[in-house]
Amino acid sequence: MIENVLELAGVAKRYDAVVAVDALDLRLQTGEFLTLLGPSGSGKTTTLMMVAGLQQPDAGTILLNGAPVTRLPPYRRDIGMVFQSYALFPHMTVRRNVAFPLEMRGLPKAEIARLVDEALALVKLPDHGDRLPKQLSGGQQQRVALARAMVYRPALLLMDEPLGALDKKLREQLQLEIKRVHRERGISVLYVTHDQEEALTMSDRIAVFNQGRIEQIGAPEDLYDRPATRFVASFIGDTNLLPGRSLGTSAGLCDVETAGGRLRAAVRAPIAPGVGVVVAVRPERLVVRPEGEGLSGTIVDVIFLGTARKYVVRLADGTECIALRQVSDPPLDLGNASVRVSWDIAHATAFEA
Amino acid sequence: MTRLVMNQDGMAPWRIVRGTLCLLVAVFLLAPLFVVVIISFSSAPFLQFPPPGLSLRWYVQLFSTPAWINALVVSVEMMVPAALLATIMGTAAAYALVRGRIPGARLVMACLMLPIIVPGMITAAALFGIYRGLGLNGTLTGLVIGHTVLNLPYVLATVSSALRVQDSRLEQAASTLGAPPWATFRRITLPLILPAVLSSLLVAMILSFDELIVSLFVSSARVRPVAVQMWSNVMGDFDPTIAAIASVCFLFALLVLVADLALRRGPRLT
Repeated sequence: MIENVLELAGVAKRYDAVVAVDALDLRLQTGEFLTLLGPSGSGKTTTLMMVAGLQQPDAGTILLNGAPVTRLPPYRRDIGMVFQSYALFPHMTVRRNVAFPLEMRGLPKAEIARLVDEALALVKLPDHGDRLPKQLSGGQQQRVALARAMVYRPALLLMDEPLGALDKKLREQLQLEIKRVHRERGISVLYVTHDQEEALTMSDRIAVFNQGRIEQIGAPEDLYDRPATRFVASFIGDTNLLPGRSLGTSAGLCDVETAGGRLRAAVRAPIAPGVGVVVAVRPERLVVRPEGEGLSGTIVDVIFLGTARKYVVRLADGTECIALRQVSDPPLDLGNASVRVSWDIAHATAFEA
Repeated sequence: MTRLVMNQDGMAPWRIVRGTLCLLVAVFLLAPLFVVVIISFSSAPFLQFPPPGLSLRWYVQLFSTPAWINALVVSVEMMVPAALLATIMGTAAAYALVRGRIPGARLVMACLMLPIIVPGMITAAALFGIYRGLGLNGTLTGLVIGHTVLNLPYVLATVSSALRVQDSRLEQAASTLGAPPWATFRRITLPLILPAVLSSLLVAMILSFDELIVSLFVSSARVRPVAVQMWSNVMGDFDPTIAAIASVCFLFALLVLVADLALRRGPRLT
């Protein structure tokens, strides 16, 4: 088996003057679930479309299972694709929809019937074969689309915001289902979403897109705990960004002067003294205590979230930061005029502002 | 609540005026048709309304006069191939121009729409001129070609608007699922735009059956469609046979319209 099912090298695409994708390199390991995550217009969908063959790159090469497919039309690439709009054929029953790719591959009738049954069972719709797409709910339609895109076991499954049109509960349920199907079939998936929670839930690895480039690629934990750029830190999860000024770097730690006092934070590369920085700390890493070490501030709001309480703390310089505390921890009052905010140095990262 | 009722009361006179106006327009448009149909069953040898008595003699006359039978045959022989050709070519052109990436697609589209923009006289005279060199004047082939050109814009307009409404992502999906372009067209696109294609086929047949100017230029005494035969009949001394053939034309158009309506009422696939 080939190690990388998909390989993009120097792939670029521009629309008139706008650079959609800029010299992109990307590898997808066989069996891997890789998510392209980013805001709209960051190039993630364009990248997916180029892999599908629905768009032509201006430069670069795309290898699928080791063979160049850059100039091949979609129907000659061994891919399956799930669209946000489902794109089920409205004039065909569910069975005919799922059978379509098998018919295109000229499989014998009996074999097609068997594979369609199997695929519909896999997406838990075994009794819906004779319905028309419009007789199904949005979630059911997307399951049919999933069954149709993988019934012929393509080398790579592409999914373009497949859950974008569904409500939150259904979305979460289908996330787990897609995950299960991925696990059971061992299929390689390239998934596009702008929803960072969805990306964290589903992916083996995430590539964070910004302005046509990959800002960082890695396992969900890596991106969350060790963001490489300020963009990644603020795009994935909630983050407190504290402005300050570098006092110099030593041993991977930067000393930062902030309005509320001095602190230290991890850095990827040394930041020269005097350079403006922001320090990123996750809300659940902030420790808020009535007294002790740390930056001083006051609690201006407490929000009950069910599993946790969210504290809004205004620091001495006016910056507001968010701290999450488990509900099981003793609550702090709004009346606690003065509190101390601190964190473990390992959980703070500084970026050049 | 009271105000709402008062408002409705205030609207009532307007509604009556509007309804009466619509009714009058409908009567004005439809009454002549009914007069013609009634006269076709007249027993009198002149166009006379109301008819003194009823008979089928003009229908007997119509279907026993070789010139009229010949004209009906010519009309069908001309209209069916012209409508089919225009539908096939118009659908192909619409697909290419709407879905394809053709440089100057808008210009090509505009050129193909010309026959309904240019005055019929000019098209007719142009065809007449070209046909003279090719020896196509007075032939069925000449009529079929001319009418295909005239029908094409209607097919193009109907089918291309159906294609624009149709989600092109369905075709993209078919392509990712392994369907080459022709299979995608046959299995996905065509079934979805079929109501529009059949509808434009029917409309093309009516238009062709009804068309006079190009037919007048291109036809001959031997190859003469119904519209031209009616024209020359009206120019000479005429009797209620003309009302009978008009009623036949009317019936044909009505049947086609009903068929078209049935098509549009069929399962709407969006």
